[in-house]
Amino acid sequence: MKLHEYQSKQIFGKYGVPVPKGHVAATAMEARQIAEELGGRVVVKSQVLVGGRGKAGGIRLAKNPKEAEEVAAAILGMEIKGLPVRKVLVDPAANIEQEIYLGITNDRAARRPVFMASAAGGVDIEEVARTSPEKIIKVHIDPLLGLRDYQARDIALGIDLPKEHWKQFGEICHGLYRAYMDCDATLAEINPLVILKENTLMALDGKMLLDDNALFRHPDLAEMRDVDEEAAAETEARKYDLSFIKLDGSIGCMVNGAGLAMTTMDIVKLFGGDPANFLDIGGGAGAEKVAAAMRIILSDKNVKAILFNIFGGITRCDEVAKGILVALKEVKPTIPMVVRLVGTNAEEGRKLLADAKMITAETLADAAKKAVAAANA
Amino acid sequence: MSILIDKNTRLLVQGITGHEGLFHSQQMLAYGTKVVAGVTPGKGGDWVLDGKVPVFDSCKAAVEATGANASVIFVSARFAPDAIFEAADAGIPFIVCITEGIPVQDMMRVREYLDQKGTRLLGPNCPGLLTPGEAKVGIIPGNIAIPGNVGCISRSGTLTYEVLYALMQEGMGASTCVGIGGDPINGTNFIDCLRMFEDDPKTEKVVMIGEIGGTDEEKAAQFIARNMTKPVVSFIAGQTAPPGKRMGHAGAIIEGGSGTAADKIKALEAAGVKVAKHPEEIPSLLK
Repeated sequence: MKLHEYQSKQIFGKYGVPVPKGHVAATAMEARQIAEELGGRVVVKSQVLVGGRGKAGGIRLAKNPKEAEEVAAAILGMEIKGLPVRKVLVDPAANIEQEIYLGITNDRAARRPVFMASAAGGVDIEEVARTSPEKIIKVHIDPLLGLRDYQARDIALGIDLPKEHWKQFGEICHGLYRAYMDCDATLAEINPLVILKENTLMALDGKMLLDDNALFRHPDLAEMRDVDEEAAAETEARKYDLSFIKLDGSIGCMVNGAGLAMTTMDIVKLFGGDPANFLDIGGGAGAEKVAAAMRIILSDKNVKAILFNIFGGITRCDEVAKGILVALKEVKPTIPMVVRLVGTNAEEGRKLLADAKMITAETLADAAKKAVAAANA
Repeated sequence: MSILIDKNTRLLVQGITGHEGLFHSQQMLAYGTKVVAGVTPGKGGDWVLDGKVPVFDSCKAAVEATGANASVIFVSARFAPDAIFEAADAGIPFIVCITEGIPVQDMMRVREYLDQKGTRLLGPNCPGLLTPGEAKVGIIPGNIAIPGNVGCISRSGTLTYEVLYALMQEGMGASTCVGIGGDPINGTNFIDCLRMFEDDPKTEKVVMIGEIGGTDEEKAAQFIARNMTKPVVSFIAGQTAPPGKRMGHAGAIIEGGSGTAADKIKALEAAGVKVAKHPEEIPSLLK
């Protein structure tokens, strides 16, 4: 789950990381009021869950409250990479001496959290990572010991941070690490962390990604999810504990198991079709879940055929077949459907579906070919 | 011969009185696995599965009473890390965690601790493993595989079943089939299994099923090029997956341009591995 910049910075602030004293606005008028309260120059920043906001014109300076209102009105009318801007963050403008990158993420290969830092922070950090990775310092943290003071100093040394900032930098590293741990984040990033002309450090931007698997112990963070920012079908799927991702093709796929669901998409493509979605109904899926999955697939008007690929293990094929029958009765789809049932209770499942006028398939390849043919017919 | 489990494995089931735990304990027992004990805190003293399996309050008590030397965990995600720690502290050398959805930071601590103790973990978020004709630990259906000389390793559950089934249709069997799980941080990885299969006299060929995300397949490719004398056939799921989207498994995500199926296939082919275009092609590539 992604957090907005303003949400991330609120969290960082709670952990002692210095952040600008800005506020969020949903209208241009609110933006003006915030600018009036802050006084002086402000920066108006679109709050959307994609990168490259600055380059898209979604981050702009304003000299006074009137200008803040105008700029906010323009940004609130924008779409950035297809996402409409619904909120802006109004922060006091900062006098920047230097931009630093500081982030912590999970290094899955090392199986440890890793701090990353660079003296070349700012918008082009991805470019730095690609062209001169040696400019990015990496320090791995023992998950049983946590961040040690010397490691924070190692990071400071690695980016040639002037000595006078070490103490504050150490506090920021510890704050960021605690925020990352306490929130079960998979990424906590400050870019840029700036040295101000006033000679102190401040986190001007913030980004956090949270581990969806850990949200059960963070109900407060789970509530921060911005459902406006995701496809409606994905929100609906989460309600039924279905793993769903919308794609652009015409063949709807309903599969049990993530690996097999990906494979089913791949094989559809291999035989000349285009998958409309990734959908894993999970282990032991019953009728209600199957019906919900079918509704979600059919809500996509591009879908011209549906492919059911069920390999019964824990999931029993007859249970899925019952779900399909319930869903058929309820949704009454008019498009062709190809079904392949293998494994636990497959025979019983096939019998249940015998009268349902579905196209049946024996092998995975056969199922994909039939689905592609049906979608193109 | 086989790897990790055989007919002598003495299995403990953590979470044996739960719905899933009980069902699969029954299945494992019916397959011939020696299920010697179960653990459910608070239910110590009970007997389950027609009085065949005693239940204990703790792993320590279960190990002392039954000499269990492997454990399988069917405990929900919020309690599973503790279950793994408990099994490791009870001295169990091999732990299989079926549980899906364990937070990744918990897994970092678990893995660090287990490495220090020298305990082997399989999973989490995995289907377990199967040595056809001898024993199964976990949830892989027993009737979709026959004994044979093909070692199987996979990050996915049902996709593994698909491959075992395709092999069986062609009369080919497995020495052991290991599901290593779909999480970004797990216990046993591809290289661990490749090494064991290389050393296992009964295994003559290996099938490795990977998917997008991470770089384990690329590392496995390097290992294969340097160390494997036995032929390896592979399949990589997720060739059509879009970047930045988690494809069900927590570990199946293309991040920052790395972890794509194309990269993995390229690395494997460079190591001399035959990569199947789809799972049903695997048996013919093994011939």
